[in-house]
Amino acid sequence: MIYFLCLILFSIGLYCVLRKRNLIKIIIGLGIMEYAVNLFFILVGYRLEGRSPIFAKEKIILSMVDPIPQALVLTAIVIGLAVTALIVAIAIRIYERYGTFDITQIRKLKG
Amino acid sequence: MLPLFVAIPLGTAFVISLVGKFYKRLSDLLANFGCFLLLILSFFTLSTLNHKPSTILVYKIGGWIPPFGICMVLDGLTSFMLITVNLVTFLVAIYSISYMEKYTDKWKFWTLFMLMLAGMNGVIITGDMFNLFVFLEISAISSYALVAFGTEAEELEASFKYAIMGSVASSFILLGVAILYSHTSTLNMADMANVLSEKSSDLLKFVSVLFLMGFGLKAALVPFHAWLPDAHPSAPASISAMLSGIFIKVLGIYALSRIVFNVFGLTPLISSIFITLGILSMILGGFLAFGQIDIKRLYAYSSISQIGYITLSLGLGTPQGVMAGLFHLFNHSLFKSLLFLNSGAIESVTQTRDLRRMGGLMQKAPLISYTNIIGAMSISGIPPLNGFFSKLLIVLACIQAKRLDLATAAILVSILTLIYYLKATGMAFFGTAKTQNSAKKISFSMNFSLVILSILCLIGGLILIPNVSDIFLKKAVNALLNGKNYANLVFEALK
Repeated sequence: MIYFLCLILFSIGLYCVLRKRNLIKIIIGLGIMEYAVNLFFILVGYRLEGRSPIFAKEKIILSMVDPIPQALVLTAIVIGLAVTALIVAIAIRIYERYGTFDITQIRKLKG
Repeated sequence: MLPLFVAIPLGTAFVISLVGKFYKRLSDLLANFGCFLLLILSFFTLSTLNHKPSTILVYKIGGWIPPFGICMVLDGLTSFMLITVNLVTFLVAIYSISYMEKYTDKWKFWTLFMLMLAGMNGVIITGDMFNLFVFLEISAISSYALVAFGTEAEELEASFKYAIMGSVASSFILLGVAILYSHTSTLNMADMANVLSEKSSDLLKFVSVLFLMGFGLKAALVPFHAWLPDAHPSAPASISAMLSGIFIKVLGIYALSRIVFNVFGLTPLISSIFITLGILSMILGGFLAFGQIDIKRLYAYSSISQIGYITLSLGLGTPQGVMAGLFHLFNHSLFKSLLFLNSGAIESVTQTRDLRRMGGLMQKAPLISYTNIIGAMSISGIPPLNGFFSKLLIVLACIQAKRLDLATAAILVSILTLIYYLKATGMAFFGTAKTQNSAKKISFSMNFSLVILSILCLIGGLILIPNVSDIFLKKAVNALLNGKNYANLVFEALK
């Protein structure tokens, strides 16, 4: 069920990238897609009532959360940050050149 | 030795970003020295593979044993791709010394260039699914920045388009990796192949579709090609050569075929998808290239068409098909980077990329005319050059796989390629000059890499000589054809 919600979030992001005309909204859509994937990855490793997988004395770990997806998602978030920063910088430069954020007016490349 | 392929370019990028601002010449020197070192190392991998009893070499990062740690794998295909990438990169780096003079902040270019190289080498040698994603993103992000390097209106627009599409593709790939992890609870490719062969499910088809979308977009196969004709022409010529020559092959074709052949195993369904996408790219790319008047845009569309050839013959799955595909991959990286570098030289002579405003370059700049003609002849398959041999092999492989329809299509598209290259060559080099401007001298470093690349195009067919192809091409073909045996080889090498 919760995976299904992730899928919906992913689709919302994809819709936003595909349909919106404002550059900034496209970037936000991209962010939503990334978050949906990250959320899905975290949920894959999550166990109900699980605790953190740290070894400690006098504590018996019955069910624990898988730590690998968390480490991976951390990396993915950093990558997402870099991409977002770069794309926003490009969008600002585009605004300087074209004077608009509307993608229907940014079309010097054709063919 | 293996980690050096990532460590050298990463280290060079770091040092250049520190000192490049103050010592201009030093960054040129460092980057070229790094590329040269990598070229030598990549040839060295061939002899390492030859002298070892096993056909595979595995390096454990940090001493952690796979499947728990990350490993790097060197097999025939890896070493083949490393040589292709580092050979082209070295020549492009030499070319860029003088070509990039017209841009400001050359050291930033070198930093991004080396980062892109580190990402590509990393994608090639890694044996871990998530590590592949990380390296893919490193090279992709630096390529977005490199496309926008000129910061003119067109370049920014192309870069934005490319960055959005590339990021969507990366999201799909990451989603695929997440689903695979939830299914197999491992990230190591070899281990994953073992687990997947024990339990098969329909989930694999869904993941294949995600990967086909993601890597297909990086490779610019036809339904996903829209970014390429904008991004490649807008970038500086040396970056176009890198992107078209090796980038789309490493990130698209290599990663896809490594995963499909060695981890999932080639099923008839995936094979037919490969063939369909290949045919579509071949034909559409060819026809779209036909009407172009911008010389770099024409080359970009022709890249799509040639990528179609490679995908088609890899999709056949027969030994001949895979060999033809890999050979064409190598050849295409040579002549396409030659053509793109040449277009940069032409641009600096005529100050235009519009074919209608060129003409008479044969008198103005004979050397780049000859190298360009060699590249154009090679890509359209004129007999003594390397493009002829690989196209011949592809057609023969199609016939041997009893797919005469594919063979016919391959021949027809080859003729189409010949026609549009004849048109471009005729418009640019023969006839009378249309613009009156003083013929600028092409500097030595640009001429050097153009001449070396065209010589390599001339003698590229020699790779098919049995002794050479045994150590260079056959091992790469075997590595792919081994299929899921890859997992056993990796775990044997670990013991």
